[in-house]
Amino acid sequence: METKEIIYCLKKIVKPYVQNDLAFQDFGQGTDFIKDLEINSANLVDIVLDVEDEFNIAIDNDSMDNMTTVNDAVRIIKSKQQQA
Amino acid sequence: MNRRVVITGMGVAAPNGVGLTAFSEALKTGKSGIKFQPELERLKFRCQIAGNPEIPEEMLKDYFSDLELRGLNSSGIVYGVISGVDAWKDAGLPVGPDAKTDWDSGIIFGTGILGVDKFREAIHLIDDKNTRRLGSTSVIQTMASGISAYLNSKLACGNQVTTNSSACTTGTEAILMAAERIRLGKANRILAGSCSDSGPYVWGGFDAMRILPHKYNDNPEAASRPMSASAAGFVPGSGAGALVLEDLESALERGAKIYAEVLGGHINSGGQRNGGSMTAPNSEGVVRCIKNAIFDAGVQAAEIDSINGHITATGMDATEIKNWSEALDLKKDDFPLINSLKGLTGHCLSAAGSIESIASVLQISDDFVFGNINCEDLHPEIENIAGRKKVPQKTLYRKVSTVAKASFGFGDVNAVVIFGKFQS
Repeated sequence: METKEIIYCLKKIVKPYVQNDLAFQDFGQGTDFIKDLEINSANLVDIVLDVEDEFNIAIDNDSMDNMTTVNDAVRIIKSKQQQA
Repeated sequence: MNRRVVITGMGVAAPNGVGLTAFSEALKTGKSGIKFQPELERLKFRCQIAGNPEIPEEMLKDYFSDLELRGLNSSGIVYGVISGVDAWKDAGLPVGPDAKTDWDSGIIFGTGILGVDKFREAIHLIDDKNTRRLGSTSVIQTMASGISAYLNSKLACGNQVTTNSSACTTGTEAILMAAERIRLGKANRILAGSCSDSGPYVWGGFDAMRILPHKYNDNPEAASRPMSASAAGFVPGSGAGALVLEDLESALERGAKIYAEVLGGHINSGGQRNGGSMTAPNSEGVVRCIKNAIFDAGVQAAEIDSINGHITATGMDATEIKNWSEALDLKKDDFPLINSLKGLTGHCLSAAGSIESIASVLQISDDFVFGNINCEDLHPEIENIAGRKKVPQKTLYRKVSTVAKASFGFGDVNAVVIFGKFQS
């Protein structure tokens, strides 16, 4: 899957959790889920579950801990897709 | 400090009416909310009827954000938030993200058990070794205080925010706890209420105890028969009720409308002795509770216009009437009018006290005594003590100044509250 395509899907997944709509307009590789989008940290686990469902992958605990930006998410999704 | 406490807002999600207007209309016309439940038939319950508030899917969007609705599977939270937000708005108080923390406002919102359907979801995932898939709201939807927590995300109260639990007295207890805190000057206003989940996982245990009626599955509205000779057990119900209790001075300052005053009340337990048990009240405890409530409220027994009893539609109904008669030292023509909401809603368990208190307060603000359905065959002992005239079968429109409301619960716990018409 292309990076652009993954980011497009991520944007859709993340939307309901976003608390800073202004930052969401600039959603891109550098976006930080908590610092920029002000997503409640408790909701990160929900985002991970949504990502698993959308991309049909399983994200292990270590990867989960390291998924704080869009860039991290893209990297993890790509590597899991390759493993699959 | 002994400040006066008044009721300035109410909200309700009852089986026979969601919202104050619908509920009030249902009381006056004797509309039942008890229906056949296909799910209980599928699960082979003996009793396949129950009372649930009907909440259209569209209505949820008025109370919950899209994010909150994702994976929301706790009917108690749905009923509780609807009634609590309605009550707060009815009192003219701010709701939503713009509301600022108010250090003088609190929440005491009780429940018996919360989010059983969500908990069932979690149990299946955990047993499948899939705990990581629970998501982030499993805890907040199933912790007992989840209901006060959800409410406070909308109301922004900065005083005590808690959840009480005392079986079927829960709602009435919440009102008395709130009134006491305001009386003492520790808070200016408190949202007091309670909710109860619906569904087979809440009601199954009662069905197993064989205390629910099982001969009315094809005639649900006739099943709940408080005070009748043919009372055959309580019909399970659910829902929520919420009342805004407020210091009189603060209510007057705000120019809030006042439904009634909380004159006083009492909470006790019979200690599970002397006839009291896990499931039945010690009559001595009940009588003391009524007497102390009247003393606390500073009224005379003869001033009570109407009793809204606990009266669940079991063999214990007559015992309750006997206890009222003994505590008030009144019978026959001197006995107050008496009614039970459970004929119309079933027994809403932990939500019963708050929903029935709202019915009691509406009787004062609108001057009526709602009629009892399904007691055309009045229990002979009740006829002996109170007389048929005191158990109206049709709604009576007349001045109502003082209502005594009682709730009794498993574990032999009692609560009685006295509501009065507000007079400055």
